[in-house]
Amino acid sequence: MSIFEYNGSALVAMVGKNCFAIASDRRLGVQLQTIATDFQKIYRIHNKLFIGLAGLATDAQTLYQRLVFRNKLYHLREERDMKPETFASLVSAVLYEKRFGPYFCQPVIAGLGDDDKPFICTMDSIGAKELAKDFVVAGTASESLYGACESMFKPDMEAEELFETISQALISAVDRDCLSGWGGHVYLVTPTEVTERILKGRMD
Amino acid sequence: MGDSQYSFSLTTFSPSGKLVQIEHALTAVGSGQTSLGIKAVNGVVIATEKKLPSILVDETSVQKIQSLTPNIGVVYSGMGPDSRVLVRKSRKQAEQYYRLYKEPIPVTQLVRETATVMQEFTQSGGVRPFGVSLLVAGYDDKGPQLYQVDPSGSYFSWKASAMGKNVSNAKAFLEKRYTEDMELDDAVHTAILTLKEGFEGQISGKNIEIGVIDSKRIFKVLSPSEVEDYLQEVE
Repeated sequence: MSIFEYNGSALVAMVGKNCFAIASDRRLGVQLQTIATDFQKIYRIHNKLFIGLAGLATDAQTLYQRLVFRNKLYHLREERDMKPETFASLVSAVLYEKRFGPYFCQPVIAGLGDDDKPFICTMDSIGAKELAKDFVVAGTASESLYGACESMFKPDMEAEELFETISQALISAVDRDCLSGWGGHVYLVTPTEVTERILKGRMD
Repeated sequence: MGDSQYSFSLTTFSPSGKLVQIEHALTAVGSGQTSLGIKAVNGVVIATEKKLPSILVDETSVQKIQSLTPNIGVVYSGMGPDSRVLVRKSRKQAEQYYRLYKEPIPVTQLVRETATVMQEFTQSGGVRPFGVSLLVAGYDDKGPQLYQVDPSGSYFSWKASAMGKNVSNAKAFLEKRYTEDMELDDAVHTAILTLKEGFEGQISGKNIEIGVIDSKRIFKVLSPSEVEDYLQEVE
């Protein structure tokens, strides 16, 4: 069994019209056993920047702590928030530092950049960035997520419709993956507000 | 500076609370060729005298004003070789920042890092402080900026400043001439007039150097003929 499949995860981020949504499942497992059903995989860096970390849970937590550290220092030195593109470059550099002993994580980064333009990207465990204009996925359910997003996604969706779409895509994808599920956690971010919602799906 | 007993080790404070080596470094700066900078609403200009030791020196090979990044330039007063080392270190730091964040380094950050290097050389064993003060001119998201960095590692943001031999006259001249709404061209003219004030001999495009950065955010050192054009406008 692959180390990336030890804990199980499903992450997806989608771009809408002047907004973005990032969603994850809630299961924390140890191979076939479920340990927690409220495990947080998406973290807020600042009000317009979120990062979701799929893969090995311990690496996800440590990586998140390191990134928060870097971001706080940046904020103190430069007296401004980090742009999502800049943050993505930072994550990529941090991951590549450990090229020959990597963090077993796949990050999904979503944020609002200059002029509140939505930005999403994902990268592999050693920092190869993949930018996308529509959606990015990560985790054990990624293949199902690709299929679900590809069929359900439309460009320039408004916030409410984006929420519905990402929720449907997440739930249908995790239902096909035994290692992820137990509900969903969706963050919808517009220039003015951040909405956090819990989804109830098949609780298995 | 009667604390000569304490001037041997730069890392030792004198009883008056000074680091004597830094005072000496500032003297080295004060006897260097005059340089100045002026911040305008739409850009920054930095300029310096380029007095060469002999007419046989190929003036095209000497460049006192250098760029640290495409949008940040620097001029110095004091010891040329020391400034070369600082330029090299600053360029490396700017590139390291870019490599990490894929974003050009903000002017304040680069100035802070350069100042940190200069401070390190006032608190380490076996080294001496840099014998230069730098004037850093840049244009980034916060607009046009002008900073002075001293051998001690302290840095200040200026609207207009001068350093070197003629510093007091030049600063007095700038205080009179500077206006908040100055445009870049006016600033270049003012810079030339300020240099002319203390200039020994005939000023020309070959014995002064001018660097400008405008709202297009590209730092450029003017060629001798461009400097001549500005000189003629000033006449």
